[in-house]
Amino acid sequence: MKEELKENILEVENLAMVFGGLTALTDTKFQLKKGTIKAIIGPNGAGKTTLYNIITGFLSPTRGNVWFKGQKISNLKPHEIAIRGISRSFQTIELFDNMTVLENVMVGCHSRIKMSFFASGMGFGTVKKKEEQIRSRALDVLKFIGLSDKYNEMADSLPLGEQKYLEIGRALASDPELICLDEPAAGLNETETHIASSLIKAIKEKGVTVLLVEHDMKVVMNISDEILVLNNGQVIAEGSPEEIQNNPSVIKAYLGDVTQHA
Amino acid sequence: MLKIQKLHIGIFAFFIISFPFVISRIPALGNYTNIMVFAGIYTIITIGLSLFIGYAGQISLGHAAFFGIGAYTSGILTARFGINPWMCLIIGIFIVSVIAFLVGAPSLKLKGHYLAMATLAFGIIVYIIFNQELEYTGGPDGMTGIPGLSLFALKLNSVEKYYFFVWGIVFAAFLFTINLIQSRTGRALRAIHASEAAASAMGINVPRFKLIVFIYSAILASLAGSLYAHYINFINPSSFDLFFAIKLLIMIALGGMHSIWGAIVGAVLITFLNYEWLHFFKEFEVIIYGAILLLVTIFLPDGLVGIPGIIKKFVKRKL
Amino acid sequence: MDGASTSQILQYLITGITIGSIYAMVAIGFNIIYNVTDIINFAQGEFVMLGGMSMVLFHVILGIPIIIAFLFTIILVTLVGLIVDRFAIRPIRQPSVLTLIIATIAVSILLKGIAMFAWGKDPLDLPAFSGRTPIQLFGAVIQPQYLWVIGLLVVTVLILTFFFEKTIIGKAMRACADNPDAASLVGINVKKMIMLSFSLSAGIGAIAGIVITPISLMEYDRGAMLAIKGFSAVILGGLGSFPGAIVGGLLIGIIESLGAGLISSGYKDAFALIVLLGVLFFKPSGLLGNIEISKIKRF
Repeated sequence: MKEELKENILEVENLAMVFGGLTALTDTKFQLKKGTIKAIIGPNGAGKTTLYNIITGFLSPTRGNVWFKGQKISNLKPHEIAIRGISRSFQTIELFDNMTVLENVMVGCHSRIKMSFFASGMGFGTVKKKEEQIRSRALDVLKFIGLSDKYNEMADSLPLGEQKYLEIGRALASDPELICLDEPAAGLNETETHIASSLIKAIKEKGVTVLLVEHDMKVVMNISDEILVLNNGQVIAEGSPEEIQNNPSVIKAYLGDVTQHA
Repeated sequence: MLKIQKLHIGIFAFFIISFPFVISRIPALGNYTNIMVFAGIYTIITIGLSLFIGYAGQISLGHAAFFGIGAYTSGILTARFGINPWMCLIIGIFIVSVIAFLVGAPSLKLKGHYLAMATLAFGIIVYIIFNQELEYTGGPDGMTGIPGLSLFALKLNSVEKYYFFVWGIVFAAFLFTINLIQSRTGRALRAIHASEAAASAMGINVPRFKLIVFIYSAILASLAGSLYAHYINFINPSSFDLFFAIKLLIMIALGGMHSIWGAIVGAVLITFLNYEWLHFFKEFEVIIYGAILLLVTIFLPDGLVGIPGIIKKFVKRKL
Repeated sequence: MDGASTSQILQYLITGITIGSIYAMVAIGFNIIYNVTDIINFAQGEFVMLGGMSMVLFHVILGIPIIIAFLFTIILVTLVGLIVDRFAIRPIRQPSVLTLIIATIAVSILLKGIAMFAWGKDPLDLPAFSGRTPIQLFGAVIQPQYLWVIGLLVVTVLILTFFFEKTIIGKAMRACADNPDAASLVGINVKKMIMLSFSLSAGIGAIAGIVITPISLMEYDRGAMLAIKGFSAVILGGLGSFPGAIVGGLLIGIIESLGAGLISSGYKDAFALIVLLGVLFFKPSGLLGNIEISKIKRF
């Protein structure tokens, strides 16, 4: 058990979610090894976003638990989970449209550098120093995601690809141990998808664990260490990309569809 | 603080300081300094309200009540119980903070419409209490005999003295709020406005931030209420009714609710309309206010302070 | 206070149900607009006020027979609802909850001001539909107009139920409420449905205004209080719920009437608001509302 705790940063235990008679998840369980990339795939409505919303505290599960670094987090609020080190991006881009690119990332630093209401209002010297810290840290993140030269533009004026990178950057700014990305390549062209993939790989190299929901199979097969397949709210397969590609039930439930269309 | 902003603040300070000296030379505008005192009092409210509505994206129709509670606390405790006015002002702030916490904690969990209605209901209940508790408030006729203020040995017994005192407080509240906006707190509020989901995913405790700003804005309203009571020495419920709550909304909408400058511009303009420029329309001024609010909402979502931005964009497009 | 007699209590209940029927109609108006557009129309009370005032204009001042005046009034106020949507709601370029609330507040004070301009500040009276000879019932007094109020609520509810269940337009409106995107995909004109929802709830407001004026008179500034009490009924019954609006309206009316009679008449207007705050704080989904459903809708 202790060995497991060290190795698994996240454990999802018999999770079930029912919305007023509608079952979104049944008995979902899996583990996530520290420092790896795990992708969750499955057809639309398989329960991927519901799973994300439970892990990050936006929904509380009907049954089951989520453990992060050995601590139960499934009844915590989103901001409490964020402070513990899980950060996320959103499927429908949820950037702060009323702010610049830099400010978006600066909000990402919120949970790491604190200052009191009164001190901020008085504009004390310590506050100014901390603001400088936040700013330089946010600039570092922008360099990492390649948006340094656009730091002063409004977030919603960026092209879709860059908005997606910015979402990832904002999530990184809080220095998370686990980052949950919800379809980071959706709607991107080939070049942009390539950039997003290498960005995710670079995040892993920084030592951050990645959980990934993605429809683009090329991306998934390329970068993930492990893949989990959800269908109708149930885990139907789990394993390395090769194993998943050759799993008959996956091919039937999910990849089968793809070959038919192609 | 940015350089250009320091310049703006400097011009603003210069304008405020020179205003009474210029006005005293123009007999036709003799009453303008007096009106500016009221404008300053209302600006103290709108600065906080603009942080709550414009930055955090919430809504309140209850700030007329906080203003009234501040005024009545000062009025009742000084006139009926002879307590020191400064003490009363602080007691008012304390009472309002507690009430704002009690009203805010449950209602800020609610979204948009609910919050508007909850604060509206709260405001009307307080207004009814002002009218009903004759023994303390004097009921609809109001109460007189509220003393003036003194700053240590200096009696604030002239319009000009009170003018500088009030605008000094406006300035302090303004600087404090500007600092807030440009710090982590301000970013958190704007993040909440843009997307509560994303804000909480960034570790922002959304209900807590909303509550803190709600209480902060209520405290400013209470402070303004005390200053109001000690200035006109007489209060009655009609200064704190629903229409006043809506006028506060019009002030920040007209000035521009996404900027603290808008709170100042809006409060000053509406105060002058209210006390001077709309006399011709008598009680039909309500039509003018309705029209202003509707037109601004449709055509000038960033208010008057947003006009330079619109012109800049227009010129850019033409080039 | 020594205990009130049974006949007194009965009297309060009757008055409460009557005034509650009006709140129910206001609440139904709120819900129709809310379900189709997600907007809470702060000017809902002004529709009621305009209904009463216009009826006085047509029937008393211009001497038009009551039935025709009734129709004229409803047509006029329905038109006002249509104009409100067309010129105040639809032109808004960034329709956030905040701007929509502010826009309907602007409309409400605008309508109030126009009514003051048109009819003056004094309360206006309207003759009761069937005279003012009271009916005695176990020591309580029932004005014939009370029966008109309750009767018109019943008729309104029946017509609306038929409209939403059986007619194509009514079904289209329900589709818009469920899912506007899907509705527009199947060819429903969502803009038209929004306009219709404003007109319809203005019309219902007008009926409430017409029928209450012989009991409580009508004046230009009555709208805000009617709106907030109607909204209390909405919240008590559960936002968006049609049966909830009726139950909530009647309950608010009864609570207000009993509170004013037994506790304090000076705080008459506060009781509904205290109920509103209580429900908002402790059970925002209301008595008949379902919080889980509204959660899913939001996600």
